[in-house]
Amino acid sequence: MEAKTKDLWVFVETNEDGTAKNVGIELLTPGKMMAGKQGGALVAVVIGSGVDEAVKAANEHGADKIIVVDGPEYKHYTTDAYAIALVSLVEKYGPTSMLIGATNNGRDLGPRVSCRLKTGLTADCTALDIDDETGNVAWTRPAFGGNLMATILCPNHRPQIGTVRPGVFKKSDAVEGKAEIIKEDLHVAEDQIRTQVIELIKEMGGENVDLEGAEIIVSGGRGVGGPEGFEPIKALADALGATVGASRAAVDAGWIAHAHQVGQTGKTVGPKLYIACGISGAIQHLAGMSGSDVIVAINKDPDAPIFDVADYGVVGNLFEVLPILTEEIKKARG
Amino acid sequence: MNFHWNEEEQEILDMLHDFCLKEVAPIAAEVDENERFPEETWHKLADMGMMGVPFPEEYGGAGLSYLNYIGVCEELAKHCATTSVMVSAHSSLCCWPISQYGTEEQKQKYLTKLASGEWLGAFGLTEPGAGTDAAMQKTVAEDKGDHWVLNGSKIFITNAGFANVFVVFAMTNKELGTKGISAFIVEKDFPGFKVGSHEKKMGIRGSSTCELVFEDCIVPKENLLGELNKGFKVAMTTLDGGRIGIAAQALGIAQASIDECVKYVKERVQFGRRISQFQNTQFQLADMQAKVDAARLLVYRAAQAKQDHEPHSHLAAMAKLVASETASDVTRRTLQLTGGYGYTREYPFERMMRDAKITEIYEGTSEVQRMVISGWMGVK
Amino acid sequence: MNILVCVKQVPDTTEIKIDPVKNTLIRDGVPSIVNPFDGYALEAAARIKDKNPDTKIVVLTMGPPQATAAIKECLAIAADKGYLVSGRTFGGSDTLATSYILYNAVKKVEELEGKFDAIFCGKQAIDGDTAQVGPELAEHLGYPQVTYGLEAEVDGDMLKVKKEVEEGVEVIGVKFPCLVTYTKPAWDPRYPTIKRKMAANRAEIPVLGDDAFPDIDTTRIGLKGSPTNVKKTFVPQKKSGGVKIKEADNEASAKKLFELLSGASII
Repeated sequence: MEAKTKDLWVFVETNEDGTAKNVGIELLTPGKMMAGKQGGALVAVVIGSGVDEAVKAANEHGADKIIVVDGPEYKHYTTDAYAIALVSLVEKYGPTSMLIGATNNGRDLGPRVSCRLKTGLTADCTALDIDDETGNVAWTRPAFGGNLMATILCPNHRPQIGTVRPGVFKKSDAVEGKAEIIKEDLHVAEDQIRTQVIELIKEMGGENVDLEGAEIIVSGGRGVGGPEGFEPIKALADALGATVGASRAAVDAGWIAHAHQVGQTGKTVGPKLYIACGISGAIQHLAGMSGSDVIVAINKDPDAPIFDVADYGVVGNLFEVLPILTEEIKKARG
Repeated sequence: MNFHWNEEEQEILDMLHDFCLKEVAPIAAEVDENERFPEETWHKLADMGMMGVPFPEEYGGAGLSYLNYIGVCEELAKHCATTSVMVSAHSSLCCWPISQYGTEEQKQKYLTKLASGEWLGAFGLTEPGAGTDAAMQKTVAEDKGDHWVLNGSKIFITNAGFANVFVVFAMTNKELGTKGISAFIVEKDFPGFKVGSHEKKMGIRGSSTCELVFEDCIVPKENLLGELNKGFKVAMTTLDGGRIGIAAQALGIAQASIDECVKYVKERVQFGRRISQFQNTQFQLADMQAKVDAARLLVYRAAQAKQDHEPHSHLAAMAKLVASETASDVTRRTLQLTGGYGYTREYPFERMMRDAKITEIYEGTSEVQRMVISGWMGVK
Repeated sequence: MNILVCVKQVPDTTEIKIDPVKNTLIRDGVPSIVNPFDGYALEAAARIKDKNPDTKIVVLTMGPPQATAAIKECLAIAADKGYLVSGRTFGGSDTLATSYILYNAVKKVEELEGKFDAIFCGKQAIDGDTAQVGPELAEHLGYPQVTYGLEAEVDGDMLKVKKEVEEGVEVIGVKFPCLVTYTKPAWDPRYPTIKRKMAANRAEIPVLGDDAFPDIDTTRIGLKGSPTNVKKTFVPQKKSGGVKIKEADNEASAKKLFELLSGASII
């Protein structure tokens, strides 16, 4: 389709309680810059149920306009409802580009929407810019397990769509919002939603492994040696209010569930602090966590590649380092 | 002579190699440490069709060549000698004699379940007083008209604790010596049969090695395997084949020990150099590899001869003699090169050295192999 | 049940190394494997077949002629039949064009094998990592989709899919026909068997070439039919290492780390 405007859209994914997922708000930051270069407005698109909080967040972090679709059918994400809503909005307003957070749902929705619009999609981007020559979005993303980066253009189809990794961009400082808010009364009939949740089986212990939204992650790898080796890691995570992650080696060995896996075949994360314990740092793991703000590595092998990306690297035995670190943190926090 | 695997045989071995890396190698040290029979590996190998490699598909086997089967034994031994002998004792010593000497009914009843791996097989010849001197059998089988009654005991029986079926030898006519021995197929649940105590061993510690006890054990008439009083031939021809499997096991242990050692010497630094840079290391490993390859040619030649139904008793004896002594020699030398670390259980070298030793002993000691070879040479 | 599993032959990215001098990918000698996620999709189909023995599993792949090896591998594990989509005009396709070709291929294969109740794909391929082709294929077909599947079971006219979510596992019900993409489950896929392997070697793999789809819109395939194109590729800059801590003992190292982290207001 043809773009009707020069606007850039950011799809703001919401939680079931109506708050915005971090990544949507983060994406307003590069969105502002890109919309400026494209000469259009920055539009946040908020879909969900009872989404006032999410709208407020988008407003405070730089959106020029906010399109809101609110309804009970959007409370729990379904491919069908979200694709129908988003496609009809795009068809109505005709943005030139659109950013979607590369969460599980974002990566479920993005291809469905782009295919229906017969346009291009670039998945899981880690850098965004506007190509000087053509004015197109320059989408940069890793391939071959992070061994190679590719910059992709979508020159002749609109909107240009990309999913962007959580944690790559930072939220801007909150300011008083003055966005124009457009409420769209858009509903999807029950029979158009072809999937239904029958049951939710919580992970053992009821823990919610939200690696993508975590601010601090403590991860264990082959060096933890066994399932019991995750105990000091969990203890540190508890002290820090952090989420427990793991490398593929630890998951493949059956020491911890796959939901904890960080890396190419697991989750891509971008916390403020990532503590890698007994993880050598295979490129597939680095692909999933190198976007973290601060990386700490604890490993007994001084030549482990993880030290090449670590801001702070401790050469030592994690089973001795972690308990002391945990104690120090507990002491400091009283 | 061409000992190359064809493309399909190579693919089967590659498939097994992948399996071993994921399922066999990771538990080899634990199986040894805990003297645990890797029962789960038996079932997984059965699912893949690896428990009856050289037997016809119509009887549950994979229908591959004997040479391919030997390759399987070698590959398994590279990762875990216990697992290799589980498969070779089952295939060479239990499936094979039933396939070779069994009646159609016996093959239908036993071979199909054994070759598919649903059942595990074992072989009972050795007795407390009849080891190398196998003719001194004390176990007797009495003809009771419509059934046999067995009395006696067997020792050092591989797979015994987990086997469903045993090929067992007993005297049916004491007067005739080796010409009075017969073979029987015994199921583990036959009345009067029980598996006795489990041996604690130096190597292949996960292998289930037990005593078999027959106390008025009732064996149906139709479970005589082969002709009456022709059991000694069944035993000897079975062992000819078994020896090639053991030789392949020795090869696998030796090769793995070299491969691990090469990795080690390229990492270990002493006197400011990797120890692989010392000429002693280089020459030692070169000698070892040359000896293993020489042994490999003997093993494959014996397997090829067996596959081609050519006389191979002496070839199997030579293969086992050379391969097993090479394995003992190589594993001793790699342990020397790896020093204190090699002596610890952090590394597989000491396990491989312990595992190698048995290949010089079971299914005929090296001395028996020398007797077979010199006999074939006519040196009397 | 009639299940189609879409697979891709990929380079084993764990074996890819960087040329330290030229700073380029070294692809020589990197083995080709079946994309692991596609292997999980095949395993999910095989598990359905375990419970419903009259299930037929067909695999479909698109790629160069060598990609038949990937199909044969699937045949050796669990598949009953395999088709290769391979043509000069298909080369250079991005995900949208690829999914459009696969859509045409699904329609073609259905003429030969009957309609598929379900189409299973891997979550993503480990070379491109886009996770797009599955949902795009579902869109072309107009089927509902479930992504991040672990296992599925047939329940009447419905497929119940266990889906990995942050809180644990969700069971999603979806009516046939549908498309499911799979991620890594807690169990390992089954191994090939000797018997299947030998049959796979002898199996004929029909090739759907350039002329197999007379009705395909040629403006939507290949490099020219792809909305996206690669402007450039480059090897990512290695981040330089930071502070290395190695004190006299582990306790001192741990305390030093704590001082540095709290000093920098990180914790």
